[in-house]
Amino acid sequence: MSQHRLDYLDLLESESIHIFREVAGQFERPALLFSGGKDSIVLVHLALKAFRPGKFPFPLVHIDTGHNFQEALDFRDHLANSIGEKLIVRSVADTIKEKNLTEQKGKFASRNALQTYTLLDTIEEFKFDACIGGARRDEEKARAKERIFSVRDEFGQWDPKLQRPELWNTYNGRIHKGENVRVFPISNWTELDIWNYIKRNEIELPSIYFAHEREVLEWQGQLVATSEFIQLDETDKVSVKKVRYRTVGDMTCTAAVESTASNIDDIITEIIATKTSERGETRIDDRVSEAAMEDRKKNGYF
Amino acid sequence: MDILRFITAGSVDDGKSTLIGRLLYDSKSIMIDQLEAIEKQSKNKEDGEIDLALLTDGLRAEREQGITIDVAYKYFSTPKRKFIIADAPGHTQYTRNMVTGASNSDLAIILVDARNGVVEQTRRHSIIASLLNLPHVVVAINKMDLVNNSEDVYNNIVIDYAEVATSLGLKDIKYIPISAINGDNIVEKSTAFPWYEGESLLHILENVEVANDINYTDARFPVQYVIRPQTEALHDYRGYAGKVISGIYKKGDKITVQPSGLESTIRAIEIGGKEVEEAFAPQSVVLHLNDDIDISRGDVIVLKDNQPSVENELDVLLCWMGNKPLIPGNKYLLQINSRVTRAVVKEIEYKLDVNSLLKEPAPEQAGLNDIVKVKIKTASPVPFDSYKKLRVNGGAILIDETSNVTVGACMIQ
Repeated sequence: MSQHRLDYLDLLESESIHIFREVAGQFERPALLFSGGKDSIVLVHLALKAFRPGKFPFPLVHIDTGHNFQEALDFRDHLANSIGEKLIVRSVADTIKEKNLTEQKGKFASRNALQTYTLLDTIEEFKFDACIGGARRDEEKARAKERIFSVRDEFGQWDPKLQRPELWNTYNGRIHKGENVRVFPISNWTELDIWNYIKRNEIELPSIYFAHEREVLEWQGQLVATSEFIQLDETDKVSVKKVRYRTVGDMTCTAAVESTASNIDDIITEIIATKTSERGETRIDDRVSEAAMEDRKKNGYF
Repeated sequence: MDILRFITAGSVDDGKSTLIGRLLYDSKSIMIDQLEAIEKQSKNKEDGEIDLALLTDGLRAEREQGITIDVAYKYFSTPKRKFIIADAPGHTQYTRNMVTGASNSDLAIILVDARNGVVEQTRRHSIIASLLNLPHVVVAINKMDLVNNSEDVYNNIVIDYAEVATSLGLKDIKYIPISAINGDNIVEKSTAFPWYEGESLLHILENVEVANDINYTDARFPVQYVIRPQTEALHDYRGYAGKVISGIYKKGDKITVQPSGLESTIRAIEIGGKEVEEAFAPQSVVLHLNDDIDISRGDVIVLKDNQPSVENELDVLLCWMGNKPLIPGNKYLLQINSRVTRAVVKEIEYKLDVNSLLKEPAPEQAGLNDIVKVKIKTASPVPFDSYKKLRVNGGAILIDETSNVTVGACMIQ
């Protein structure tokens, strides 16, 4: 039966497509949360495999913090356009104005916490009952405990102690009015799986994933791109370095890594050799406390 | 390179978290920053050594109370395989978590403390592994360092366990002496047990044959979603999207749709937009049929000459997972793959003692973590196979329609 063997990427792909189709079959108004990062780009690619030649049974939704990399925004528009699917953008800046929210202060004032407000408003505006996200369980230990279909209450909150048992490949997406489900089709993928899949399928990525020259601030061992969103002090050490991004989030909370990797093969070689985790190397927001991600998730973050 | 999904069964005291931590650490899946984080936490403890168990405790309550409250998934790879670990806690009250973790696993590592031998908990974990029909079991006899790496202690435990395994009908069993805390026999074969002739734990995990566990004979295809673009160019396109959960489908095969019994032949098969001649488990595909017949989500397309059972009365071994008790006569939703139907639990026939496998007289109600034999009647016929024969089409969940919570795991007999 050797001709009937699938390798690990085929197995992961098939599982993810199955999850996508369960969303399509079980929900009235799903949405795909799209950030412009590699994980959500892979999600779009998997959705193409799950639903073409049909249209996606959901729009792409981007919660724009206003602190995004321009390259990621451009890529977002380019991708939505090239596949001919609907893109909904809602802006955190608008929520801040409308709701009189208070922005964080300080050097790396981040809108990471505030984007949960915009996300919940957007869910309410469009009555989304399922939001598909690109979170992976290998990223962070609170995520390692989350279900593939993760029920959130009407405040978007996750209760890790009240999760539904998830058995076999049977997903229970039944919810009460006002609740919604966060669905994570690539839960079982690791960072390296994502890169190997991108390579095999020749998936296009925003340019910031590849090595380029950028002016960066060296801050506690991390390299943060200088931008209008970051306050520089006189003592700050700023220089131009050859860097790439391992993850793409807000400019205020995503750090770059020094690299000369200009193509996928070089990136994969670097990731195999790295001694630091993806979030540990690149996310300033997870360093706040031991339970930073757990707390954000409980409050509605995806 | 393929994937092995396994569950580790045992309590914190058996060194389960240490074992997982050791596998991750020695296979270089732990990054420096993650190690630094647990080093910092370990220093708060008295002995000052790195506590590898901290790697698997994800939530604050777990760290604070030193317990594991839910199934966590961990990942590591070697050049041979990608591994997915379902880390389920071993306390009595968490049978449901082990059932959950085991439902998707190819293999169970059952941890035995060499000082205690086969105990009640070992039996319970083994019974669950057998109920869930796990194809492979590795009995890891841990803390060998605390019994002077004694071959006699090891052999006696093997003899005791073999009895349990025979009574349960467990299939492929391997035994291994280990010391998780010292890393003996985890990644490399250790010199601590010169009398042990087998391979290291990682070597066993890398080489267990899992491709043969897939059933290529009984073809089952639950329809998840119907793709109908309804555009001018694709006016007549009607594709049935789903996953081949078992068996093989070829162009031209004669098929039956269950439970309707309608028949047709396969006109085309697509994978990711490309036409192929055949599809096999577990590929996600799109099937096209020659006839325009009524098929919707929840129907199962099978080959005409290999039919599942189609019944509305089911004999079920049920693991109750609800906080509220199961009362015979109550109505639930039964979901098997993509099919959902109303169901009533008619009667409890007996309760299974998960420590002895003895049948106890039927209780009036079943509580959380009880395993009971029940009769379930469904509102419409359900296409299924017995769980023992075909796991992928014999497992179902019960959903409480008022709370929407998953309250039961059904192994259809």
